[in-house]
Amino acid sequence: MTTRVSRAPAISVRGIGKSYSGVPVLRDVDLDIAPGEVHGLVGENGAGKSTLLKIVGGAIRADQGTISFDGEQVSIGRPRDAIAHGVSLISQEGALVPALSVLDNVFLARWSHRASLIRGRADRRRLDELKELTGFAVDPDERVDRLPIGAQQQVEILRSLARGARVLAMDEPTAVLSEHEKENLLGLIRRLAAAGTTVILVSHFLDEVLAVADRITVLRDGALVRTGPAAETSPRELVAHMVGREIDVLYPDPSPVPAEAPVVLRARGLRRGLVRGVDLEVRAGEILGIAGLVGSGRTETLRLLFGADRAAEGVVEVDGVTLHRHTPRQAMAAGMALVPESRKEQGLVMVRSVAENVALSSLPERRVGPFVNRPGERAAVGGIATSVDIRAANPAAAIETLSGGNQQKALFAKWLLRSPRVLLVDEPTRGVDVAAKTQIHHLITGLAADGMAVVCVSSEIEELLALSHRVLVLRHGEPVGEYPRGTTPEVVIAAAFGDDDEGASS
Amino acid sequence: MTVDVTPQAAAASAPASANVSRLAFRLRDYGILAAFAVIVIALSVSTDTFLTRGNLVNLLDQTAVLGLLAVGATVCIVSGVFDLTASATLALSAIIGVKIVQVTNVYVGFAGAVAAGAALGFVTGMVVTRSGVNSFVGTLATSLVYRGLAVMVTGAAIIYPPAGLAEDFGMLTWPSLFGLTSATIVFVVVVAVIGVLVARTTFGRRLYAVGGNAEAARLSGIRVGSIHVSAFVISGICSALAGLILASRAGSAQSTMATGMELTAIAAAVVGGTSILGGEGAVWRGIVGALLLTLIGNGFNLLGWDTIYQQVLQGCLILFAVTMDRWLRRRSR
Repeated sequence: MTTRVSRAPAISVRGIGKSYSGVPVLRDVDLDIAPGEVHGLVGENGAGKSTLLKIVGGAIRADQGTISFDGEQVSIGRPRDAIAHGVSLISQEGALVPALSVLDNVFLARWSHRASLIRGRADRRRLDELKELTGFAVDPDERVDRLPIGAQQQVEILRSLARGARVLAMDEPTAVLSEHEKENLLGLIRRLAAAGTTVILVSHFLDEVLAVADRITVLRDGALVRTGPAAETSPRELVAHMVGREIDVLYPDPSPVPAEAPVVLRARGLRRGLVRGVDLEVRAGEILGIAGLVGSGRTETLRLLFGADRAAEGVVEVDGVTLHRHTPRQAMAAGMALVPESRKEQGLVMVRSVAENVALSSLPERRVGPFVNRPGERAAVGGIATSVDIRAANPAAAIETLSGGNQQKALFAKWLLRSPRVLLVDEPTRGVDVAAKTQIHHLITGLAADGMAVVCVSSEIEELLALSHRVLVLRHGEPVGEYPRGTTPEVVIAAAFGDDDEGASS
Repeated sequence: MTVDVTPQAAAASAPASANVSRLAFRLRDYGILAAFAVIVIALSVSTDTFLTRGNLVNLLDQTAVLGLLAVGATVCIVSGVFDLTASATLALSAIIGVKIVQVTNVYVGFAGAVAAGAALGFVTGMVVTRSGVNSFVGTLATSLVYRGLAVMVTGAAIIYPPAGLAEDFGMLTWPSLFGLTSATIVFVVVVAVIGVLVARTTFGRRLYAVGGNAEAARLSGIRVGSIHVSAFVISGICSALAGLILASRAGSAQSTMATGMELTAIAAAVVGGTSILGGEGAVWRGIVGALLLTLIGNGFNLLGWDTIYQQVLQGCLILFAVTMDRWLRRRSR
């Protein structure tokens, strides 16, 4: 794809700076993006890429600098300027109205109307055209909050296109998608760019940025360190720029499971909703990976094991203790721990301090009568924070002030304080920067080497295959195969999709 | 690769910014005390009656009822629920107390009222947690039931303790330690106990966790329902004590006691700086909020201002406090 340099840049950013409470998150960033270009924006968590994206999208206001759209300078950070110039921001949080239909969301506040009466049929036709253009298949009448997250994102993209967006600013669009959905989205980005839409893509996944972007910009600590054509770049080089040094991006190898290691976790006939009969066994020191498409019941299986949802049928055995229709408390008492899928919604109490969060699941272990043993707590939290390397300026600061990587490490620390026998981890490195990701990988393999039984769910198939001793593939809530270490991603993905067509009855 | 960044090191790397954010942090945390101090100083300077022993004793006595309700409201709000039954519980438990006094004596009656408050709080809690209805709606409905029961029990009349016990029944108005009224002493003791409970115990930790993120708390092995029920029980006890103070002052109880005061209590909690979203706040904040609202009334009296403006000023104060809170929070992010 060639970039057309003859025209003014679609977006031109000069000397952009932004600080929060005096801490600079962006410093003096200059960047030109040509019309029809796919521009990748990469960097570690906290490097400032989302901030830059939001400034361009008009969601937040820069402290210094200028922004020009199509060569025309606009006042900084006014949403209406960004919208007027066809810039559409698709953020991680999503900006849909949950209780409205797909149709209403796509044309939100821009419904076709005649004499103030909404003309639904005209909108339906417009939506059909957009669906054809994008290849998305969403039911226009479904409520948005009943859609899976991948489809919700499609609704946001449809809305941007319905508003005639000429610049799509996308923040981690693939983080919540399955491999298949990811491929579709990347294909769509290529097609939109070929048709003249400019796309700015923020992503942690370097492979996909390299695959789809024309040029890539690396940010580090709020400063632009490199912009260049994607074709001349390797992942290793990008990572080196991101962290400022060459680091080992290789996954750690899990230690072999001792031959005499006992089975610590055993589940029989787990069933509820998406999960239609899952059996599994994990030995001490073993890491079992669970693979599958979104909706295959991976997360739901972990939740049933832990009792986060109550199984309709089935039993779980931990170290000889049998659990049936159990609660998280009972699971914890038996020695289980769950690092859930969403740290913001299920894992952490964001407004409370790092120390309180880390101590939360083991409160009874450090008390004097009804009182919290505060020196004991400080010592315990301090110790575990050092061993998992939580970097917090102040353990009394609210945990929401930490980077995603440090939050995730705090979530692990919370459970490690209980010394569980079985650790269930769901998407352990989602939204985590490269350095913290490697640390978490080492943490997981290290815990297994010390004898913990680990069950890991991840949408990143390479991560899952690299960390696991064995991979269990789920499809439609049932195990369809178990693969030893060394299996290629292609084989596992093929199993997850099924040999026959999707949705075929079996 | 462990890097421990101490606060000092962080401050050294960006001294100016750290100072700014720390100032914002302080303002957010303790701004309400500054506001309180300003009003106290202004009243001390502008009147010669404010800083008298009599007035201060009177002020604390006046604050006791709202203060107790504000403490109950704070505990509930921190845990992520609202208790709109507070004033109805106050009336019903005071009425039950008087009824018991009529057949036994004052001490048994008072204990019975507190037990009734706890029991009503327990019922409220069970209704909210078992039905899964939003606490705002659930307690609104429950409060109608309690108010209605109060009317039924009293036959919509004022009820009195027996004539022989009337004097003893007024014991909460009697002077006690340091010349403070007994009501003030009850208030201070209860505040201290609940303050410690919330700030220092594992129960308090659970309370904040449940209010901050109920799902994360549940997945950490916390029984969210029983924490909420406990919060309602504490609120019920506070309401009952407040009801006893009012009844002891009036020498009677009736079904319309303290109508609408549950909202003033929530306002006091919020003025003090407790987040309406749950998971943040403190018992002392509720007290400061209650003192502030009471102080305005006291100031109007002492300055001889027309009390028709009092509510307007109180409303403005609440708006101001909440706006400041929001503003400081946004700055510190």
